[in-house]
Amino acid sequence: MAHRQILLANIKHQDQNTIAGYESRGGYQSIRKALAMDPLKVIEEVKTSGLRGRGGAGFPTGMKWSFVPRNTGKPVYLLNNTDESEPGTFKDRVLIEKDPHMCIEGMMIAAWALQSNWSAVYIRGEYAYPYTRINEAVNEAYAKGYLGENIFGSGFTLHMVVHRGAGAYICGEETALINSIEGKKGQPRLKPPFPAVVGLYGCPTVVNNTETLATLPWIIQNGGAEYAKIGTEKSPGTKLFSVSGHVNKPGVYEIEMGCSMKQFIENECGGIRGGKKGKAVIPGGSSVPVLRWDEIDNITMDYESIRAAGSMLGSGGFIVMDEDTDMVQAVMNLAHFYAHESCGQCTPCREGGHWIEKIFRRINSGKGLVGDMELVENLCSQIAGHTICPFGEALATPAISFMKKFPDEFKGLISDALVGISKKRVQMNFEGAGAH
Amino acid sequence: MVDVPKIAEEKIEELKKRYPDPKSAIMPALYMAQEIFGHVTEEAIQWVSKKIDVAPVHVMEIATFYTMYYKKPVGKYHVQICRTLSCAICGACKLTEHLHKRFGVNPGEVTADGMWSYEEVECLGSCGTGSMCEINDVYFENLNVDKLETILKKIEEEKPDLRYSAIRDQIGGGLKGYPKSEVI
Repeated sequence: MAHRQILLANIKHQDQNTIAGYESRGGYQSIRKALAMDPLKVIEEVKTSGLRGRGGAGFPTGMKWSFVPRNTGKPVYLLNNTDESEPGTFKDRVLIEKDPHMCIEGMMIAAWALQSNWSAVYIRGEYAYPYTRINEAVNEAYAKGYLGENIFGSGFTLHMVVHRGAGAYICGEETALINSIEGKKGQPRLKPPFPAVVGLYGCPTVVNNTETLATLPWIIQNGGAEYAKIGTEKSPGTKLFSVSGHVNKPGVYEIEMGCSMKQFIENECGGIRGGKKGKAVIPGGSSVPVLRWDEIDNITMDYESIRAAGSMLGSGGFIVMDEDTDMVQAVMNLAHFYAHESCGQCTPCREGGHWIEKIFRRINSGKGLVGDMELVENLCSQIAGHTICPFGEALATPAISFMKKFPDEFKGLISDALVGISKKRVQMNFEGAGAH
Repeated sequence: MVDVPKIAEEKIEELKKRYPDPKSAIMPALYMAQEIFGHVTEEAIQWVSKKIDVAPVHVMEIATFYTMYYKKPVGKYHVQICRTLSCAICGACKLTEHLHKRFGVNPGEVTADGMWSYEEVECLGSCGTGSMCEINDVYFENLNVDKLETILKKIEEEKPDLRYSAIRDQIGGGLKGYPKSEVI
């Protein structure tokens, strides 16, 4: 089916990253419109749209903004989260690379709504090329007087800095991101207080995902009610899905919420590579529960339907695995990721992550012990909910769900180990000297 | 002693003014220091500490927390293979095995001529174009062993600039005929 394009509509144009190109296709009109509106009216409009945060949590954007206290005498800060490190997710990269001014305009609208005069784009360090694209766009906007003081003759001042991360997954968590911009280690803070009240430099702060912000120009131009008509009632709008793994056509797709997951894989993504059968899908980035192929038949692509099926839409990082994928190795791969990326602040996560990886590693190497699966479950129950930030849950979720959905693969290896059988299996992870 | 270019000194002062609190410039300053001193050396830490006006131990803390600051020397070309799930199921480990054989050193070590080093890294946000690697600051996507080998050979011939310069805010010219991004 043809999907309405709100975010990716103009990315095919080579000059879309310049102000001239962006404006030739209607760019920077929404901010002019917004500046003529009362800031509270802008927030109302975003509330009406029903837009939900695209970073992973799906929290209503307008509501998040309304938590920012007004007239505290402190400055308000707006931060654009382009840390995008969730395995399987690469959608913000497309927006920042191909349509950076749309991201900037979205930030301008949010800043006006929040009456913020200073904003920053936090982009992951590895995105060197996307960084240069957004940085050039910000510089061009400054040169043209679109950023800085008195933008569009409104008297409103907005400064924007592009801040490069340096390779820490956890900086995608909003309070870790804030600490990172403050020049500290990217370790999350306890909440409450929430950043809306005590954020960057102790001031009210809003952290929004890039995709969320990039949607704002369309919402202001066409109205929140128009946006709410797209998609489903509770999950309005379009959403970017980053598709990777064993499909014929991986890539970033913009689809209207509520379409069938199976059809999306078959049609848009061209089905499974090499004519094989599907085995599993991770629908929202590696931190959400994995779904078996037989579970996805009746799922539609929206927050509610995916949740009802026992997983989450998350960041829209869609990882498809075919019938030949070894699920023990797959979860071991993810366990290594989380063990490596734990910020080290909370003991259950810092220690537990490594223990879980070690247990999966021993199961995979044919040395698993009876009770290892229960041991992982027990560890996970002691991590999830016992840490400062949701990284603990993110670590425990794939570990539990892979074992729950594909128990036979784990049990098979453990029982083989018990009787001393060692079958030759192709390994997907590098096991050479110096690995890990 | 390494001479610090004047442009870097100026850049740091300008960066400090961009943030409400000048301490926020510590991360970009560390990138610059790494560029000037080769990796995060003792001298680099002292320089950042002086420029940003924070204790050296605080700079050290930042440098060790974030993986992209190199605490030991890397090769002139540092290859980072993405090893996380999407790339792994598309054959990433074959790339690492190839580098292991070709360079004759373990991940994290530098070849005797100082030209190459490599390591496995976590998700680089290029999942739809996996398997892939980042060489210095440039992505090479949709790889298999043959394509990677072609790229390595070309790098040996052309010696291209694949670095992002934090001082000049600019990414190097890259490898001839290769796009900087294949996303979408």
